[in-house]
Amino acid sequence: MSGKTQSGLIKSSIGKKVFMGLTGLFLCLFLAGHLAGNLQLLLPAEVARDQFNAYAKFMTTNPAVKVLSYLTYFSILFHAVDGLYLAWQNKKARPQAYYKKDDAANAGWASRNMAILGTLLLVFIVIHMKSFWYEMHFGSVPMYASVEHGELKDLYTLTVSAFTQWWYVLIYVVSMAVVGFHLWHGFGSGFQSLGMNHPAYTPILNGFGKGFAVVVSVLFAILPIYIYLTSLN
Amino acid sequence: MRLNLKIWRQKSAKANGKMVDYTLNEVNPEMSFLEMMDVLNQQLVEWGDEPVAFDHDCREGICGMCSMFINGRAHGPMTGTTTCQLHMRHFKDGDTIVIEPWRAAAFPVIKDLMVDRSAFDRIIQAGGYVSVNTGSAPDANALPIPKENADMAFDAATCIGCGACVATCKNASAMLFVGAKISQLSLLPQGQPEREERAIRMVEQMDKEGFGNCTNTGACEVECPKGISIENIARMNREYLKAKIAQK
Repeated sequence: MSGKTQSGLIKSSIGKKVFMGLTGLFLCLFLAGHLAGNLQLLLPAEVARDQFNAYAKFMTTNPAVKVLSYLTYFSILFHAVDGLYLAWQNKKARPQAYYKKDDAANAGWASRNMAILGTLLLVFIVIHMKSFWYEMHFGSVPMYASVEHGELKDLYTLTVSAFTQWWYVLIYVVSMAVVGFHLWHGFGSGFQSLGMNHPAYTPILNGFGKGFAVVVSVLFAILPIYIYLTSLN
Repeated sequence: MRLNLKIWRQKSAKANGKMVDYTLNEVNPEMSFLEMMDVLNQQLVEWGDEPVAFDHDCREGICGMCSMFINGRAHGPMTGTTTCQLHMRHFKDGDTIVIEPWRAAAFPVIKDLMVDRSAFDRIIQAGGYVSVNTGSAPDANALPIPKENADMAFDAATCIGCGACVATCKNASAMLFVGAKISQLSLLPQGQPEREERAIRMVEQMDKEGFGNCTNTGACEVECPKGISIENIARMNREYLKAKIAQK
């Protein structure tokens, strides 16, 4: 074999897939952490308010958490840009569609719709971050004095009042279904892209990924529904 | 049996094509799909029409020449089968069968159902070989190869390069083909000296040809007439990644 090879890792199809896998799997870890924090919203209101707000303060001020947040922002942006670029390339690779194609015969629905599911998630992330992240960092969340933790921004009340609107709850529940489908394929797919495939472990990993997708999306979806139902009383 | 056929007709690479309807009255269920096409062509010739161009060679399921996207599936509705090994008994009297060429930017249509698959040849030319002349067959036990590796290499080597993986992939990705070819040589001692360079070169050529990217839907391994597993794609990812990281 002669002549030079030139292109960088990120320029290659496999390089882009590897980065999709790495950022995607990191975001799975992020989701697990995010969910654990949010489950505090299920505590009785008096306890939840102080505990959740103190947790929110920790999450926005702790330097170690800051590093993780920047890594998360980067992962979301990279995963989105890389994913959209790959989807555009894939579209270009088949300029003329089939007259008849039996897509369901050989691949699952989620796996065939990752780009559209991901785009919906990007829209959701913008709405979600505007509502809470932006308000917490740059907006005017009212302060109050808690007994145990001193002065706190009242993100809890902001959150709870946001989910008294049924249509807002609906956006979240639908978006969590989208998360579920995206992870249903994405979790196992990430490992495959990183080159991990083993006759014994891959089925276990894929099974775990599907379980993870269901548990994460269902638990996340329960929160707005729970808050909405409590607000009715 | 009587069949309604909807076939893609395209005069040349540059011409616009369209689906054309044909009716075939006396199809024997014992015929292979290609024999059915032969009967249709004979009828077309008798009518003074241009016969449908399609690729075929061995008609034994081992050469990889026959293609055709039949009723929305590469090589038709059966798994583990090339079009030449598909028989008309799998269709019913009165069925409508849609027949199209492989659709991919990297596989341009030459005429009717024939596509140009030389992109695969160029990928092989980029590195899918062993440079050193290996001479005549070595003694059976002179070169020890673990049984598992021999089996995996053999499974990868059963790829006939038909392009069904590209045809069925929603992204028109060639990664099952390239994965199989890289795997085959990376698992055997003869492939070791050029192992890293081969992975890089073949992947680069694959990208240059304009195939899409793999999204791990797994459709390719379902449609592959030789049942090649996407384990080979994971192995290619590993091989390429290792080679890129170690590249000087």
